[in-house]
Amino acid sequence: MARLNMVQAIDQALQQEMERDDTVIVLGEDVGKDGGVFRVTEGLVERFGENRVIDTPLAESAILGFSIGAAIAGFRPVAEMQFSGFSYPAFDQMVSHAGRMRKRSQGTWTVPLVMRTPYGGGIRALEHHSESMEAIWAHIPGIKTVIPSDPYDAKGLLIAAIRDPDPVVFYEPKRVYRAIKMEVPEESYEIPLGKAQVVREGSDATLIAWGAQVRTCKAAAEQMSAEKRGEVEVVDVRTLNPFDRETVIGSVRKTGRAVVVSEEPPTVSFTSEIMAQIMEHAILKLEAPARRVTGFDTPTPLAKLEDWFLPDVDLVIRETLKTLEF
Amino acid sequence: MPVTTLAQFSIERVEVMDHQGNVDESLMPDLSEEQIRHLYEMMVLTRQFDDRMLKLQRQGRLGTFARVMGQEAAHIGTTYALEKGKDWLIPAFRETGAFILWGTPLEDILAVNAGDERGQKIGEGVRVLPVSIPIATHLLHATGIAWAMKQKGEDAVALTVFGDGATSEGDFSEAMNFGGVFKLPVIFLCQNNQWAISVPYHKQTAATTVAQKAIAYGMPGVQVDGNDIFAVYRVAKEAADRARSGGGPTLIEAHTYRLSDHTTSDDARRYRTAEDLDPWLEKDPIPRLARYMEKQGMLDEDGVVQVREQATQKVADAVKAFEELEPADPERIFDNVFAERTPNLEEQLRWLKFRTGEGR
Ligand SMILES: Cc1ncc(C[n+]2csc(CCOP(=O)(O)OP(=O)(O)O)c2C)c(N)n1
Ligand SMILES: [Mg+2]
Repeated sequence: MARLNMVQAIDQALQQEMERDDTVIVLGEDVGKDGGVFRVTEGLVERFGENRVIDTPLAESAILGFSIGAAIAGFRPVAEMQFSGFSYPAFDQMVSHAGRMRKRSQGTWTVPLVMRTPYGGGIRALEHHSESMEAIWAHIPGIKTVIPSDPYDAKGLLIAAIRDPDPVVFYEPKRVYRAIKMEVPEESYEIPLGKAQVVREGSDATLIAWGAQVRTCKAAAEQMSAEKRGEVEVVDVRTLNPFDRETVIGSVRKTGRAVVVSEEPPTVSFTSEIMAQIMEHAILKLEAPARRVTGFDTPTPLAKLEDWFLPDVDLVIRETLKTLEF
Repeated sequence: MPVTTLAQFSIERVEVMDHQGNVDESLMPDLSEEQIRHLYEMMVLTRQFDDRMLKLQRQGRLGTFARVMGQEAAHIGTTYALEKGKDWLIPAFRETGAFILWGTPLEDILAVNAGDERGQKIGEGVRVLPVSIPIATHLLHATGIAWAMKQKGEDAVALTVFGDGATSEGDFSEAMNFGGVFKLPVIFLCQNNQWAISVPYHKQTAATTVAQKAIAYGMPGVQVDGNDIFAVYRVAKEAADRARSGGGPTLIEAHTYRLSDHTTSDDARRYRTAEDLDPWLEKDPIPRLARYMEKQGMLDEDGVVQVREQATQKVADAVKAFEELEPADPERIFDNVFAERTPNLEEQLRWLKFRTGEGR
């Protein structure tokens, strides 16, 4: 088994799906010869040609709208938005069409597309390159929103997303892209959408996260364990919508304590949804109020102040201890 | 039922100065020796600053940024046709020379590029918007600003700048259409540097020129040799005069070339050949103007050195000021979100203070 980083794992998933099914196409800005600005689509155009790996003009609404049309007519487009911060021109197409074409045609036309895009902070990038706005996609009816936290999951979830009969937003935590390598099976495999995963077992409290913050939470849990301050369970949400209540809220019901961690501005973020789910489905099991560790309701600070905005291990531990000591 | 021709169009390209620095006197814009010297100094300063920024970036002292090398004449020449303090500049991110021309302190430009928001402060009385990274989105702001100027009876012009890639965005079409329909005093300046990251011009559009896109929106469009500062200034001055006198918008295509990588995170060798790049090295706008000035007796070898040294000094002073800047107070994160901090921001500031150690 090869050790791959997330960029390589996603690239491999794309290669294998394109190999398996010639209706799978990849399109976006600089995805061809350049291999994508993060090299996620490296080698694809050489292997599958310019008809299936398309360098488009610079137009996000067109990339998504075109993908909707191609999907209706029998293709499985994987559209790249170069950065999530530049995907907003495509929002109209997602909310007005991708998410409701099945409904509007009473099941006749469907939109099996994937919109992949790097998101999130921690790489000292320029303005508009560090946001974490997953909640806006998770909010749209008819769209699935998936966020892998490591290379293994990235491959399996992307393959499942490409095979899914409905539109999927696939958010890639760019901070994780090259940060870790792990064993990724060479053969193709799917990780079902809509399934969260307990990535560390524990009985004292539950940390809930997705994307890059799963690593933060795992590190916090390990440190707390080493310091004998509690055994904390960590749940990787993996799919925001549809939400796996059984696994995520099930863990909270088991431990009685919850801290939800994300790098979003907190107001109407996906953490808000999880807090609501806890309220509805776990309140009588809680030993302490559920807490959140998030960014702020401000634009993501430029590089110099960015670290103050992002959750880190110390902060997660401090908030977890507050629930333990409540 | 005859077939009739309803309209016919042609697109012009304007060149004033050749590569040897010879000019067509009949097209030469009205610029004094002092003005020409100033333009030369600004271009040299911009180039030196750009070079220095690259070094700072490679040392890890700046973040990713877009160089402007080769495009100095295109944006400096255009901006020079406007009036600082009265007219508006609505830039993208490859117009450093325009900021410098209008007096943005170099240390502020360094600060922003190091990820320090204090560098984003707009200078007193300067009508310039911040660098805009989301491609083509700012063109619409230029239309609103231009409309407001017209509505208020100010004869100010709005200049907005963007790349060849930007012309593919819906916002480009929408802004051009607003400009045409409302007959707004806007100059749409496309710095057509032939590349949008790895995508060459011919994959961006099937149109022979960017300039011809103006026709569909009912405004004049012109292509200009973007490495010829006199030609650029000439067409920009014409466009500004027309805008001021109620003649509406103009699309200028400054035909130029991105001599550098797209940004410091890019490696153009992955997608661009030397055959594509090399001819443009010869067309560098700065030596070209220097040749003209030498021929006219405005500049000699000592003069070239002197201008370069002055620029080096200015850049060195700016780097020093930038390095002496005290670290920014993290509390700033909560400033300028709204006119006044809202209760949630006040609360979140308290979370921050826990982290900085100031909180309880
Ligand atoms: C809406 C949007 N999409 C994508 C990007 C990423 N991006 C930054 S610059 C660039 C290419 C721009 O090309 P062009 O308009 O020709 O300007 P140039 O960089 O050549 O000056 C791209 C795709 C962005 N900043 N904004
Ligand atoms: Mg360009």
